[in-house]
Amino acid sequence: MTKQGVGSRVLRKEDDRLLRGRGQFIADLRMAGLQDVAFVRSPLAHARIRGISVPPEYQGAVFTAADLTDIKPIRAVSGLPGFKVSEQPSLACGKVRHVGEMVAMCVAATRAEAEDIAASVQLDLEELPAVHDMLAGRKSDTALLHEAWGDNIFLETNVEVNIAAALDAPIKVTREISTARQCQVPMEGRGVVAHWDNRLDQLVVHSSTQMPHIVRSGLSECLGIEHGRIRVISPDVGGGFGHKGILLPEEVVLCWLTMRLGHPVRWLEDRREHLTASANCREHHYRITGYASRDGKLLGIDCEATVDSGAYSSYPFSACLEAAQVASILPGPYDFPSYRCRTWSVATNKCPILPYRGVARTGVCFALELVLDAIAREAGIEPHELRLKNLVRPEQMPFDNITKKHFDSGDYPQALSRAIAAIDLPALRERQRRGEADGRLVGLGMAIYCEQAAHGTSVYAGWGIPMVPGFEQATARVTPDGGLELRVGVHSHGQGHETTLAQVANEILGIDISRIKVLHGDTAFTPYSTGTWGSRCTVMAGGAVSRACEEIARRAIAIGAFMLKADAGTLSVRDGCVCGPAGSVTLQEIAYVWYRRPQDLPADVNPGGLEITAGYKPQRDSGTFSYGAHAAVVAVDAETGAVEILDYVIVEDGGKLVNPMVVDGQLYGGLAQGVGTALYEEMPFDGSGQPLASTFADYLLPGPTEVPEPRMFHMETLSPYTQFGVKGIGEGAAIAPPAAITNAINDALRPLGAAELLHSPVTPRRVLQAIAVARMGKAA
Amino acid sequence: MKPARFEYERPSDIAGAIALLQREDIAVKIIAGGQSLGPMLNLRLAQPDLLVDITGLAELKHVEESSDCIIVGACITHADMEDARVPDVTHGALPAVARSIAYRAVRNRGTIGGSLAHADPSADWVASLAAIGADVLIRGPAGQRSLAVADFVTGVFEVALEQGEMVEAVRIPRISRSARWGYYKICRKTGELAQAVAAVLHDPEQAVFRAVIGATESTPVVFTDASSLFGGNSVTERPHALDAGLADQALAAAGMTDKLDRQIHVVALRRAMDKAMRA
Repeated sequence: MTKQGVGSRVLRKEDDRLLRGRGQFIADLRMAGLQDVAFVRSPLAHARIRGISVPPEYQGAVFTAADLTDIKPIRAVSGLPGFKVSEQPSLACGKVRHVGEMVAMCVAATRAEAEDIAASVQLDLEELPAVHDMLAGRKSDTALLHEAWGDNIFLETNVEVNIAAALDAPIKVTREISTARQCQVPMEGRGVVAHWDNRLDQLVVHSSTQMPHIVRSGLSECLGIEHGRIRVISPDVGGGFGHKGILLPEEVVLCWLTMRLGHPVRWLEDRREHLTASANCREHHYRITGYASRDGKLLGIDCEATVDSGAYSSYPFSACLEAAQVASILPGPYDFPSYRCRTWSVATNKCPILPYRGVARTGVCFALELVLDAIAREAGIEPHELRLKNLVRPEQMPFDNITKKHFDSGDYPQALSRAIAAIDLPALRERQRRGEADGRLVGLGMAIYCEQAAHGTSVYAGWGIPMVPGFEQATARVTPDGGLELRVGVHSHGQGHETTLAQVANEILGIDISRIKVLHGDTAFTPYSTGTWGSRCTVMAGGAVSRACEEIARRAIAIGAFMLKADAGTLSVRDGCVCGPAGSVTLQEIAYVWYRRPQDLPADVNPGGLEITAGYKPQRDSGTFSYGAHAAVVAVDAETGAVEILDYVIVEDGGKLVNPMVVDGQLYGGLAQGVGTALYEEMPFDGSGQPLASTFADYLLPGPTEVPEPRMFHMETLSPYTQFGVKGIGEGAAIAPPAAITNAINDALRPLGAAELLHSPVTPRRVLQAIAVARMGKAA
Repeated sequence: MKPARFEYERPSDIAGAIALLQREDIAVKIIAGGQSLGPMLNLRLAQPDLLVDITGLAELKHVEESSDCIIVGACITHADMEDARVPDVTHGALPAVARSIAYRAVRNRGTIGGSLAHADPSADWVASLAAIGADVLIRGPAGQRSLAVADFVTGVFEVALEQGEMVEAVRIPRISRSARWGYYKICRKTGELAQAVAAVLHDPEQAVFRAVIGATESTPVVFTDASSLFGGNSVTERPHALDAGLADQALAAAGMTDKLDRQIHVVALRRAMDKAMRA
């Protein structure tokens, strides 16, 4: 049998349907009596609602907050000290706090008709000053989103370790660095179909979500219905990235609506809704100072970080998920003695912040790695030399860094050195000296990051958000014909769990993966799980599948020993058989006896049989640390500001890779999104809080011609704490590209004496502005 | 993002289409390839009462080649031009422009007449056909008339069509074999709308030296005699390098206030000329 277990590059099972267009997404659902919903969304960023008028012919088809008297607002409270609570009404109540906030719900036989109704609803709004700039919003004399707070700060944090010691370092570099607000743009938008199942006396909610069990808890809290009467089904999901790691107000109101109307209702997010009502991530601002010795030894980092959290705290991750993390993850994989970081999570008149692949790390990596390059220039050394002087070393592992992050394993200097070797630095520097025939400027940039993944109870209990992950569970059942069913509470929306979790089971039981069915995405038949987020599934669900399969193996051995008349201690499970020195019996034969011929079973057989739910946590739940070194070579056209990526190298260490091909896919996808953050994606806002991009003509995404073919290299430093030594890797490749690419652009522009680019995305216009500023500086 | 309700007609001849376009009681819009209008309908930026689908009109797919020009019907697609299913009288100039329009999927449906009638300032045909010296053939209740592309486009999304009129065809002049042609487009990514375009036609045999800067905030800036921009030689002589200062002034005079914006448009013009001289 071809090897299919852990470490095998087997083709993804789910691709057979997905690549043939046979996936079953929300919009593919057909249901008798289904009606479509369109929302009246706020055209203003901040306003008092004076009135909502519905034409008489549409009475009964339009619902507002006044109708929703029996549902509770969404409350995502963090237990961190000083956190201020927002209450997000499912339909706006009293005020609107961001453009796109839902004010009324319109239902009709088709979406087009529902939009007709929505267009006929008149809003009487009294516009209020909007907080569109988080730095201004930090000041107490600005407009207030939640008046009772007295300011606009969800949470302020401060971490300080011996900063005074760094202050008179010989090299001191201060930069103001920021990242634009982005949309996550999964290929499939959000969507919800809700109906009431009279037979089961149960609300059935199909939602394009990463976390069906958490959505069920959230719906239960908002609707006041017990969990047992709610079933959440997440069918095929076309990408999540954090955009679908949330309890949606749309989910709440569609549930209410189906209960009110008695027929199924549906809402499908369209692209304009996505762009204007859901630009929800990545907007950070840093004032950061790096302190170093003359030879480039990092002595300290001092930072003020501000994150635009938007108007409300989203369930379950809360409004401070990024800013509160910034302080603890800013040091990255570097070892230095002094540190201070103050953070602000600022409420603004924008849609509520959500985690986006990389969660805070992309911004943090951008800020730190840009400053490191600036220090390297100041010290007059190559940027990789500076990093090698300061990276945590393999002999320090496991390593507790300055913010008490526990690095499980890894060889960071090796990853960086391999990336630089792959780029061929001397040749690149020579090429720069020679110059390009077409006059463009070539530059090299790099960035290195670490990705804490699958962090569990001990980490999240401290945050005190509505969701704290505990043991992850999986159910394994050998079928009567010797196949295997796995039930997991995590969800796959591109990750390939239907393949990789089957590979994990195959590693233990040897059952061919074509006979292993992974079932997920339904609260009715999967174990409770916080779902798919934080790059946790391979570690957590993979671990749980391992535990369940190990127990299946033990029980099969017990039956097999009886059938083989052998001592169980001499038997093991291999290749789908219980094998011993004197013969073997297949799992299929064992299953046949258990299910079909119980009269042949031993008297003391385990009554649990061939079905088990097992739970798993790594030995330490502080998270695995995967990491990577990215290096980019770019060419900058100084006349137009255009940037082309000429070469891109990724050296990545994800511990034991269950399926290296799937990891390659994660790297491709992460890089694509990272290139978007670096060069293209930006939701601009005007002074009244209006989002200015409403189509993909304005909100640019990289396409196949903009994303380079990366050269990828894997390292596999095992985690000492997890099953097989695996680590979470889902987000990493999206973290480093903005920093690596921007560093490369800054390197390219050095001959012009150009001001550094410090804001992402690095658009052609920003490049030209930087060059123009540098020229003025030279002229002066 | 679903269109507001509209009626739909697919006339079988031009007269039928013109009759529908003449209705003054309702808002009527022509749809051909729908590559711009489709999204505008979905975004409800356009809410016509009646859509007149002209893709059934055989006349508009008609192509007529003569010794000095070719007349291509309004419903000829970008892909028809790209693949040279329509005879090329420009020695590869316009097929290359067609190839650079958006994406192949758009080019398969988008039409040359639709692009001109839509008059997006960033559209490739608006700038390139103005530079090549094409005319728009217009059909209306009063018969046929024609306008140079540069005169047809009167503003951003604005053209010189009167009530009841439609674009019937485009007349593209045959350029000399010795003519130099350069087209250069600056855009953020493959297939996106241009931020700056420039086209140059230097055809001494026909005493033509025309340059166009497009993707401006209004109509394309047309230099019917571009000699002065390129050192002032007579049209029969080899042009000198672009006088960037003059081009910059012309753009400023045309209302382009932003300096960096002017810069990339001037660069586009210089590079278009470089391409022309290299060709």
